[in-house]
Amino acid sequence: MTMSLAQSQQELIDEFAMFTDWQDRYEHLIELGKDLPLIAPKHKTDDNLVRGCQSRVWLNAEQRASTSLSDGTIIHFTADSDAMITKGIVALLVRVYNDRTPQEILGASTEFIDRIGLREHLSPNRANGLSAMLDQMKRYALAYSSKP
Amino acid sequence: MKVATAYDIEEIRAQFPILKELVHGKPLVYFDNAATSQKPRRVIKAESAYYATINANVHRGVHTLSTKATEAQEAARETIRRHINAKHAHEVIFTSGTTASMNLAAFSLGQLLLKKGDEVLISGMEHHANIVPWQLACERHGAVLKVIPITDSGEWDLGAIPGQARNDIFGEKTRILAISHVSNTLGTINPVKELIAQAKKKGIITVVDGAQAIAHLDIDVQDLGCDLYAFSGHKAYGPTGTGVLYGREELLNEMPPWQGGGEMIDVVTFEKTTYAKLPFKFEAGTPHIAGIFGLGEAFRWMEDYDKAAMAAHEHMLLEHATKELLAIDGLRIIGTAKEKVGVISFVIDGIHHYDLGTLLDQQGIAVRTGHHCTQPLMERFGVSGTTRASFACFNTIVEVDAMIAAMKKAVKMLR
Repeated sequence: MTMSLAQSQQELIDEFAMFTDWQDRYEHLIELGKDLPLIAPKHKTDDNLVRGCQSRVWLNAEQRASTSLSDGTIIHFTADSDAMITKGIVALLVRVYNDRTPQEILGASTEFIDRIGLREHLSPNRANGLSAMLDQMKRYALAYSSKP
Repeated sequence: MKVATAYDIEEIRAQFPILKELVHGKPLVYFDNAATSQKPRRVIKAESAYYATINANVHRGVHTLSTKATEAQEAARETIRRHINAKHAHEVIFTSGTTASMNLAAFSLGQLLLKKGDEVLISGMEHHANIVPWQLACERHGAVLKVIPITDSGEWDLGAIPGQARNDIFGEKTRILAISHVSNTLGTINPVKELIAQAKKKGIITVVDGAQAIAHLDIDVQDLGCDLYAFSGHKAYGPTGTGVLYGREELLNEMPPWQGGGEMIDVVTFEKTTYAKLPFKFEAGTPHIAGIFGLGEAFRWMEDYDKAAMAAHEHMLLEHATKELLAIDGLRIIGTAKEKVGVISFVIDGIHHYDLGTLLDQQGIAVRTGHHCTQPLMERFGVSGTTRASFACFNTIVEVDAMIAAMKKAVKMLR
């Protein structure tokens, strides 16, 4: 049984709760970036660049048939970034939102970001891009949910 | 003016309430002064006192408060006139900042001067605020934007302007020269006076973007000989939303208005409107009176605390930071001109500026990362962005050392 989206968020909250200082938290975030399902080079296009990040972030989404839901489709994300922290952040989002149905993605809360101590990345500051990445994921979800 | 004494950094720091703030539980080290400087208590108090005691619209009412507000605004104008040594107070036009000043300049000078095929000359180190308004003006009038190339050290390469014979800076069609006094990204202090003198011989109108110079250099607009000089208040210890466009009286009288509205008119009929005299012709609508009041206080504050001593202090910080930064493996400084203000931009091999800026912030250190609104300059140096530390009068050697230690920690995490 795979974890639900909420369970996967809780898992990250628990994981980050082990760290008491910023240094460990950021080192873990950088480590997470290394597990990110990397975007194929052919998808590293300008179209897949997330607007609104100071570093470059590529995010690709593909629709796949769900193996557990008989008639459902899920969205498979791959990504990359030229900055290590940004790569960690996108990896965090991919871990939570990957291979979920569009409905799950659209309905998810983003509170977990705050709870793992990365609140500053949630601000609408044009430099930090987390909101832009989330918006992009939700736009993909919206686009795929309206397709037959 | 105070009698010059030894530079009392603790006394100066005590003027800035924000320096007591903690960031992520650590003492704030504010090295983003080129973006906006922090404000001394006197400026904060002045702006608040304006609202608490004399708030009214200027140049309108016959009532006492309106008179007081008008007097306060005009006193600030006189303070700024004196500070930049303009001939007349009405040569000081209040704007919302350098960006508004440059848009006013480009729109109005464009209308006045530019015809099809004319040229506007800027430099390759300009802030977008001194590029885009001229591009818009050029598009409107069919004029051409030309650019002074930048050397590897971050200085003008006046002998290599495309389309010009070597050592021939201006073309037959050059009408306007618009250049920054100090580069926001590199810190370079440009030899504007010399270039203005050459431009004037050819009858070219000269516009200086002084945003990064105003808080760090003595500005004498008559000595510089420029026609227009723009700056922001908020980079010079003043409130946000304030700025100035200085203009030579004769030129301002010829220039058409930029924005229309209240305050800038003489007589309005539906057939024709005549405009108010200087400076009001260029100040449509209700100005940022409280901010202007604070801006005047900021300039008096700088004078009381001796701007030259501040500049010397900042230079000492620049030299110390440069030496310490260069000891970090793989670090390269972008902008190595001989004459610089306390601005230092750098890149580190294999490390993204966003990562570095984020990890410095975690340690309480505020630096700017990115392209600094100078994308063409980033392209010139072949980098996507830099990390920039920019100093002000209240920064200390201890803070520079804290940044260096924080950087070493960050670099270790990122490698």
